[in-house]
Amino acid sequence: MSIADLAFYAFAIMGVSAAVLVVMSRNMVHAVLWLILTFLSSAGLFVLLGAEFVAMLLIIVYVGAVAVLFLFVVMMLDVDFEALKGEVARYMPLALLMGIIILLQLSLGIGAWIEADTARELRQAVTPDPLQIENTRALGLLIYDKYLYLFQIAGLILLVAMIGAIVLTLRERKDVKRQNVLHQMWRDPAEAMELKDVKPGQGL
Amino acid sequence: MVGIEHYLTVSALLLVIGIFGIFLNRKNVIVILMSIELMLLSVNINLVAFSHFLGDLTGQVFTMFVLTVAAAEAAIGLAILVTFFRTRGTIDVEDVNVMKG
Repeated sequence: MSIADLAFYAFAIMGVSAAVLVVMSRNMVHAVLWLILTFLSSAGLFVLLGAEFVAMLLIIVYVGAVAVLFLFVVMMLDVDFEALKGEVARYMPLALLMGIIILLQLSLGIGAWIEADTARELRQAVTPDPLQIENTRALGLLIYDKYLYLFQIAGLILLVAMIGAIVLTLRERKDVKRQNVLHQMWRDPAEAMELKDVKPGQGL
Repeated sequence: MVGIEHYLTVSALLLVIGIFGIFLNRKNVIVILMSIELMLLSVNINLVAFSHFLGDLTGQVFTMFVLTVAAAEAAIGLAILVTFFRTRGTIDVEDVNVMKG
C-alpha cells in the first residue's frame, strides 16, 4: 500500500465520519465545524485525484464562505435548537431504512459498472500531461475558451444570489436613528443659528 | 491500488448520509441545508473521480459550476431562513405554512 492509498483511506474515513457527525451532532456549531472537516477531507481527495484547482476552490468557497455563513446564521439567530430535536428518535428507523435501501441500490450500480469501449473517444477535453500544462492552467484554457458562456452564466447566478440575499435580509429599522446625508448637505448655515439679544435680568 | 470504485463508494456514502440527515432532522432547516451541501459535495467527488480516471477535464469544469450553484443556494437559503426567523421566531419547517402549501 503506497502513501497515496494510505492518504486516500485517511481522507475518506475522516470525511465520511465527519459527515455522519454533521447530521447526528446535538450542537449546531459543532455540526458546522464537522461540515468544515468534511469539506477539507474532500479537498484532500481532490488533490489525490490531481484536481488541485478544484480542491483549493472547495476550501476557499466552502470553508471560507459557505461554512462561515452557516456559522454566522447559527450564532446570530437565537434559535432554540433543543426544541427542534424532539422527534429525532422517532424518525431514526425510517431514516436508517431509507439510507440502507438507497445505499444498496447505489452499490448495485457501482458493482455492475463497466466502462464503454467508446468512452475514451467521446472525451470532450482530454487532460493534458500535468508535467507540461498544470491543472490550473489547463482548466483556465478550457473555461475561458470552450465554456465561456457557461462561465458567464455562473457569474450571473452568483450576482442574482447576491442581490437576492441582500433584498431578502435588508430591512428598514424604525427604532434606530440614522444619518441622513442629504439632510446634512442641504443644511443652510444662515438658518441654522439665530442670535437673540437678551436683556439682563429678563430671560427669553 | 485505489481505483474509481473507491471514490464512487465514498461519494455514495456521502450522498446517503445527506439523505439520512434530511430524514432525521425534519424540523431543523439548517441541518437540512447542510445535508444538501453534503449531497452536492458527493456529486462533485463523482465528477472529479470520473474526470481523473477517464482523462477528461470537463468533469472538473462542471464541478466548478456545481460549486457555484451550491454556494448561491446556500446564500439564498440562509437569507430566507433569516427572514423567516424574523417573522415567525422559529426555524421549524412544519411552521412554514403561510401559503397553505
